[in-house]
Amino acid sequence: MDSNLLVHYGPALLRGFGVTILCWAAGCAIGLALGFALMLLRRIDVKPLRWIIRAYIEVIRGTPFLIQLFLLYSGGPAIGLRLEATTAGILGLGVYGSAYFAEIFRAGYQAVPKGQVEAALSLGMPYGGILRRVILPGMLVSTIPALVNMMAILTKETVVLSIITVPELMYEMQTMAAETFASFETILGMALFYWLLVEAVSRLGRRLETRMTRFLSHPSNARA
Amino acid sequence: MKFSVIVDALPHLLGAAVTTIWISLLGVLLGQVIGVLVCVARQSGNRGLDMAGGVYVSFFRGVPLLIQLLLIYYMLPLVGIDVPPLVAAISALSLASGAYVSEIYRGSLNAVPHGQSEAALALGFSSTTIWTRILLPQAFRFSVPALVNELILLLKASSLISVVGVAELTRTSQTISASNFRPLEIYLAAGVIYLAINSALALFGTLVERRLQQG
Repeated sequence: MDSNLLVHYGPALLRGFGVTILCWAAGCAIGLALGFALMLLRRIDVKPLRWIIRAYIEVIRGTPFLIQLFLLYSGGPAIGLRLEATTAGILGLGVYGSAYFAEIFRAGYQAVPKGQVEAALSLGMPYGGILRRVILPGMLVSTIPALVNMMAILTKETVVLSIITVPELMYEMQTMAAETFASFETILGMALFYWLLVEAVSRLGRRLETRMTRFLSHPSNARA
Repeated sequence: MKFSVIVDALPHLLGAAVTTIWISLLGVLLGQVIGVLVCVARQSGNRGLDMAGGVYVSFFRGVPLLIQLLLIYYMLPLVGIDVPPLVAAISALSLASGAYVSEIYRGSLNAVPHGQSEAALALGFSSTTIWTRILLPQAFRFSVPALVNELILLLKASSLISVVGVAELTRTSQTISASNFRPLEIYLAAGVIYLAINSALALFGTLVERRLQQG
């Protein structure tokens, strides 16, 4: 590849990468928050509410991400929801992720031993305290591998945002490919880059996992 | 919301849904073949084969499908193979699916007790016979639920091949909504169709799983 090309397209690619990271981080944050809220709401014993949340999760998990994006971005204006591409992309990623995160959190909640919650209750801890001090830490440890996996999947899904013209890395790269007629080289570079990126996210996640669960293999814990 | 728009477009959408289904099915079937080959290569004990398989799996699981698709779409003409978008799309789906399927099989193979292949070896079975008669049939059985799940994932992923112009469900929805300016209704309808197919598949998966558990 011509080195002038990188000088010419470098800034656009960097900006695109910035947008990719922004979309990913914001999408993950929305997805995690919404997913956690859904999990908590689902525990409230009101049947219609449970059905609605369950339907939401099934619909999100049963339809392609691209269709969800089109609905939000192209279909939104028909019901007065006019979003910019990037906003729609972030919101779309967040909504998409929330359904998966809610299921992960649900499994994590169920994995917290019931006796711990009962013990905390019998000690007179308020529910908020139990949630924060007992359930949440226990959940975090058991759900981290699944959460990291989902975040790595969301890293890959950010390229789909290019289809609704979010100016992220893939979009900038395709612009460059179209203008330079060097489609194959560009896309090969892109493939290698994302391969490294996703690998890095997974590695980082695995390291985080080891760090967060290191007390589990601690000798004082093994006996308990 | 105008439901008449959906009713008008429904025949086209359903026809496109059939295309989506057969492309996904073909992708999963070819993915099966690739997946089994890669899995056998990685378990063969040959270092080079094992590494090649490992790189293959890592690449196709690590790189976003959209990029794989464009890579194949632009690469084939470069090496002199001029293919229609449909072939590029099916190749991309099968290659990606193969990487996931090989991992599914790897997990299932671990579930087959080691003593079985040792016993077969002691009885003088050739390694081909051990694979075709003992390991793979059982691995397949263990992996049926995961394979149905893989089909659902591929069906959703197949929406991306709209990008290279294959007239499947997503592409057809795009075309229709571009001409009648009713994206909300059309994409809703497309979403419902995807959901219906996936729910049916999930139900089928549960039934098969239950049947396999009965033995």
